Amino acid sequence: MSTLTEATSATASAEAAPGREWRPPSYWPFVIPALVVVLAIIVFPWLFTIWMSFNEWKVGSPTTFVGLANYVRLPNDPRFVEAVGHTVVYTALSVLLPVILGTFAAVVFHARFPFRGILRAIFIMPMMATPVAIALVWTMMFHPQLGVLNYLLSLVGIGPQLWVFHPATVIPSLVLVETWQWTPLVMLIVLGGIAALPTEPYESAQIDGAGIWQMFRYITLPLILPFVFIAAMIRTIDAVKSFDIIFAITQGGPGSASETINVYLYSVAFVYYDLGYGSAIAVIFFALIIVLAAVLLYLRQRTLWTEIGPGA
Amino acid sequence: MSARQLLGKVGLGFAVFVIVSPAILFFLWMASLSVKFEVDNAAYPPVFIPEHFAWKNYADVVASNRFLTYFRNSLVVTGAATLLAMLVGVPAGYGIARMAAHKSAVVILIARITPGLSYLIPLFLLFQWLGLLGTLWPQIIIHLVVTVPIVIWIMIGYFETTPIELEEAALIDGATRWQVFRHVALPIAKPGLAVAFILAVIFSWNNFVFGIVLAGRETRTLPVAVYNMISFDQLSWGPLAAAALIVTFPVLLLTMFAQRQIVAGLTAGAVKGG
Repeated sequence: MSTLTEATSATASAEAAPGREWRPPSYWPFVIPALVVVLAIIVFPWLFTIWMSFNEWKVGSPTTFVGLANYVRLPNDPRFVEAVGHTVVYTALSVLLPVILGTFAAVVFHARFPFRGILRAIFIMPMMATPVAIALVWTMMFHPQLGVLNYLLSLVGIGPQLWVFHPATVIPSLVLVETWQWTPLVMLIVLGGIAALPTEPYESAQIDGAGIWQMFRYITLPLILPFVFIAAMIRTIDAVKSFDIIFAITQGGPGSASETINVYLYSVAFVYYDLGYGSAIAVIFFALIIVLAAVLLYLRQRTLWTEIGPGA
Repeated sequence: MSARQLLGKVGLGFAVFVIVSPAILFFLWMASLSVKFEVDNAAYPPVFIPEHFAWKNYADVVASNRFLTYFRNSLVVTGAATLLAMLVGVPAGYGIARMAAHKSAVVILIARITPGLSYLIPLFLLFQWLGLLGTLWPQIIIHLVVTVPIVIWIMIGYFETTPIELEEAALIDGATRWQVFRHVALPIAKPGLAVAFILAVIFSWNNFVFGIVLAGRETRTLPVAVYNMISFDQLSWGPLAAAALIVTFPVLLLTMFAQRQIVAGLTAGAVKGG
């Protein structure tokens, strides 16, 4: 926040200082090329999608304006309703697990130990690696007969599982991949928060004889909570629109047991080529994400105020 | 006290082991799958280090009919999308930072949270109408959806931290805004440029969803090509794992050597987001 105000005042003084005649907003030429690109490939698709959602539009047949008919279809489409349910479950689990594990990992990585740099690089590899390549190997590991995961389970006396090949276990199995992949991002964000913590509270706590757990519970955790919250927020938005892993491993199956909104949107638009209805799903999905982001931002503001207090 | 310290060290070591081993074991297993013959890949209990290494899995992948085409496609799409994004995104980040136009950054933020699929329907129709399908252009253009916001976002953050005094001095000496940007701001911003470049390359290289819709047989990028291999030869795990490793290897290498830039870039958006 401080950088923001500094930048504002600095620019204001820059414009006041020369004291010559009024200058045109001369930074515009820097922005215009990007503005054109953003309008063409980002803003135009948004508007076009909204317009298309009011039309019956299948590839190869003429377009007809149908008003809100595509939107009326949504609540009456059992597959869409089911997809919403899957998305909620998938998202909740894919936020909760990485946030808990990532916070723990951040605390661990804050400590000093040998090879920390290399180990941290290895730790963040899952989120940088090509998702499809990762999904391919996980598919092999999930294989009920030949997969290494069932072998590992057998070592601890647990019977073989069907993983992504059974409707009841497919979402938890995909969440396992998502957690493995995205815990590092939570770790990085929270680690950034821990690194900025003051050392004095710890010194006085140590003098008072506090243990590691007490220091974490009563000093670290309250102070890093805003960062944990940001991480949870980013994770929520990414998990809702997760696509690559789900699509590459199960294509929404078995049946439609792991079909989330995003995967269903793909099917409607690019398997059935029902572009009007697909656009309506895209608009609702987009609105949902915006609302979600706004709610999370609002909650974050509130936690910030209660954590730091109005004096900050 | 020293017994307690020892216990702390052992505990820490154990915690590090627990946290890092899923990543290490996964990539080791991936490598193991890629160098085994089918007999070893189908063995129970699983074989970790085989008696005979199947290096031919890699040779098979590289020699397979279109692999080099797909590799070239990936290079062209990622290269062009990144360079174009740097070309328009770096000046834009500078302009937005200097105008303190923070509202415009919201557009970038919304672009970041929009699902990629929702760009695909209108742009797919547009490319079809323009007759571009079947070339690499649709993919280069749509990858800009990924790379441009990354570059602008990171450069706004970076230019906000570079000192403005030098630029003011140069302006008073009669330099144009462009000269100031080119000779004063840009050289200082090199570390930021590296961060933006690396992240744009990685996220474009990894992108999958745009390719499955827009790529034809000849215009697939590597992630799409690997995905198509899954459906065709489900049973030959060795070559499949080898292909997967080849696709993701450049990114893993980059992560190893540019870890600091990647970490800085990924946390910049998050921590400065308030």
